[in-house]
Amino acid sequence: MQAAIAVHNVTKTYSAGDAAVHALDGVDLSVQAGEVVFLMGPSGSGKTTLLSIMGCILQPTSGSVRIRGREVAGLAERDLPAIRLAHVGFVFQGFNLFPTLSAGENVELALDLKGIRGHEARRRAQELLDQVGIGEKYGVYPADLSGGQKQRVAIARALAGAPEILLADEPTAALDSHVGRRILELVRNLAHSQGVAVVIVTHDSRMLEFADRLVHIEDGRIVAPEEAAIPALAVSMLDAAPLGVSSA
Amino acid sequence: MPPLARRNLFHDKVRLTVTLTGIVFAIVLIVVQIGLFIGFTSATSNLIEHSGADLWIGAKGLAYLEQAGPFSERKLQQVRGTPGVVVAEKYILTFGRWQRPDGRKESIVLVGMNPDLPLGGPWNLTAGRVQDLKSADAIIVDELYRQKLGVTQLGQVVELNGHRARIVGFTQGIRSFTTSPYVFASFKNAQTIADLGEDRAFYLLVKAAPGTQIRKLRSDLAARLRDVDIYTTGEFSRMTQFYWMFTTGAGIAVLLAAALGLVVGIVIVAQTIYATTMDHLREFGTLKAMGASNGYIYRVIIQQAAISAVMGYALGMVASVFIVRGSREGGAAILFPWELAVSMFFLTLLMCIGASLVSINKVTRIDPAMVFKG
Repeated sequence: MQAAIAVHNVTKTYSAGDAAVHALDGVDLSVQAGEVVFLMGPSGSGKTTLLSIMGCILQPTSGSVRIRGREVAGLAERDLPAIRLAHVGFVFQGFNLFPTLSAGENVELALDLKGIRGHEARRRAQELLDQVGIGEKYGVYPADLSGGQKQRVAIARALAGAPEILLADEPTAALDSHVGRRILELVRNLAHSQGVAVVIVTHDSRMLEFADRLVHIEDGRIVAPEEAAIPALAVSMLDAAPLGVSSA
Repeated sequence: MPPLARRNLFHDKVRLTVTLTGIVFAIVLIVVQIGLFIGFTSATSNLIEHSGADLWIGAKGLAYLEQAGPFSERKLQQVRGTPGVVVAEKYILTFGRWQRPDGRKESIVLVGMNPDLPLGGPWNLTAGRVQDLKSADAIIVDELYRQKLGVTQLGQVVELNGHRARIVGFTQGIRSFTTSPYVFASFKNAQTIADLGEDRAFYLLVKAAPGTQIRKLRSDLAARLRDVDIYTTGEFSRMTQFYWMFTTGAGIAVLLAAALGLVVGIVIVAQTIYATTMDHLREFGTLKAMGASNGYIYRVIIQQAAISAVMGYALGMVASVFIVRGSREGGAAILFPWELAVSMFFLTLLMCIGASLVSINKVTRIDPAMVFKG
C-alpha cells in the first residue's frame, strides 16, 4: 500500500561557521493514510526538522521525500507552497491563529488559499468547526477562546481543503492535560474516520495512548524503529520503558 | 478573501492614525505646492489668456509679458490692413506707482486698453462696467488688492504716478504674479498716467477673422512689419509662464516642495506599513506554511496600503479643499483643478503601494519554518 508520506535516507545538515551540524542523519519513515504517528525525542534531536521536511517547509540535504508517491525532495523553493497547500495541514504549538479574524474566518482563510470562497467557504468553515465541536464559536475571535478552543480552530483550519497529511508540532504543549487528551482524541478520530496521515511531535508521554505508532528520534536518527501498531494497552508499558528505546 | 488586510489595519488604531496622518500631511503638502504652482503659473499669464486676442505684437526681443517696451503705434494701421485681421488695438502694460491715502506707495501694473473693444479688458467685474473706463481718470482694480492699495469704496479718488485717478469698478480674482496689482484704464488714460508719448504703445493685440489660420496670419504680419515680435496667445502665455516659473526659479522651489511632500509621505507610510507588517510577521509566516504563495501575501500587504491610500486620500482632499478655499482671499491663489484631484488619487495610491514594497521585500524573506519556533 502506498504511504501517504515516506521519507527515505533523509539527511539535513546545517553549517555553523566552519562546522557542520547534522540535524538529521539517514532518517527513514513512512506514514500510512489514517495512521497517527507520534514523533518523540529530546530537544534538539531533529523532530521539528523532520516535521518541517515532511511538511515541505524545509528541503533535505539529501534523501527522498515522497508524498503519495510523488518525489518532492529537490523541488524548487517556489514549488513547495503549492505542495503544502495541496497535501499538508499544520497544527502549531502556539495555535498561530490570526487574531484579527474570527474562528470561522480563520478557517475561511485556509479555504480561500484553496480557491474556495464566499458562501461555500462559510458553509464549509461552519462544517469544520462543527466537526471539531465548536460550531457555535464561528464569530468569536481567538482572544475570547480558551486554549483548547483555539487548538480546535487550528485543527479545523488545518483540515480545511481535506489534506492527506496533518503535521502537528507539540499541539498539547500549551494545554492542560485534560484538554490535551480531548484534542488528541479528536485528532485520532478525525485521522481514522477521514484517512488522514497524522504525525505529531510531542514530549508529552501522558498522551501516548492516542498514537498508533511511536517513533523515537535521537541525535538525528530514528532509534529502534518498528513498524507494528501500538496496542493502546501497551502505552503505559511504553511509558515506563527507558528513554532511547523507542518503539513503534 | 477574509478581510485580513482591513482587520490588520484597523486592529492597531494608533498606528492607523499615524499612517493616515502621514498620508494626509503628504497630500496636503503636495496639493498646496502644486496648487500654488498652478496658481502662480496662471497668474503670470492670466492677462494674456483673458485678452481675447489671437496674436500679440511687441517690440523686438520680447520674452515675457511685463518685459515689453514702447514702440511706435503707427504699425497699427499696417496690422489693420492685413487680410484676416478683424480687430487690432493698442495696449499698454507698464509698472506704475500708486499712492495710498496714508501716503504709502505701492507698485502697480497699469493696463491700458480700448474699453469699446473686447481685447485686453478686465473680466469678472463685481462693480462697474468696462465702458465706465471711458470717462476721464477712470480706473478699475481688483477687490483682492483693496487693502493693499488702501481702497475703501467705489468712486474713491487716488493718486497714480502723480495723476488723479478715480475707481469706477472692481474685478474679482485677477491676480498678479509680481505682487503689483493690475490697474485697468482706457488706453488714453493709461497713456497719460504712464506719461507715454502720443504715438507709443506696448503691444498691438490682434483678433483674427473666424476661420483664419493664425500661423499664416502671423507670417503675413511678420512680412509686413519690421522690428517686432509676433506670438500667438498660446505661445506668449507659455513664454511668460516659463520665464516666471523656471527662469526666475520660483516654480522650481514650489515643485521641489511638492516633491518633498511626496518623499515625506512615502517615508511615513512605508515606516508605518512596515511596522504593521513586522507586527504580523508570524501570521505571514503561518500563511506561508499553510501554502500561501508570495503573491497571496503581497495582495494582503498591498490591500492594506490601498485601504490606507483611499482613506488618507479622502481625508487629505477634505483638508486640501479647506486650505484652498482659505487661500482665495489671500495674495497667493492655490488652484485646485479637478485634474489635480484625480491625479492625487493615483499618486496617493502609488505612494502607498510603493511604500509597501519595503514590507513586501521583508515578507519575501520570511522562513516559514519560523512557525515551529515557540
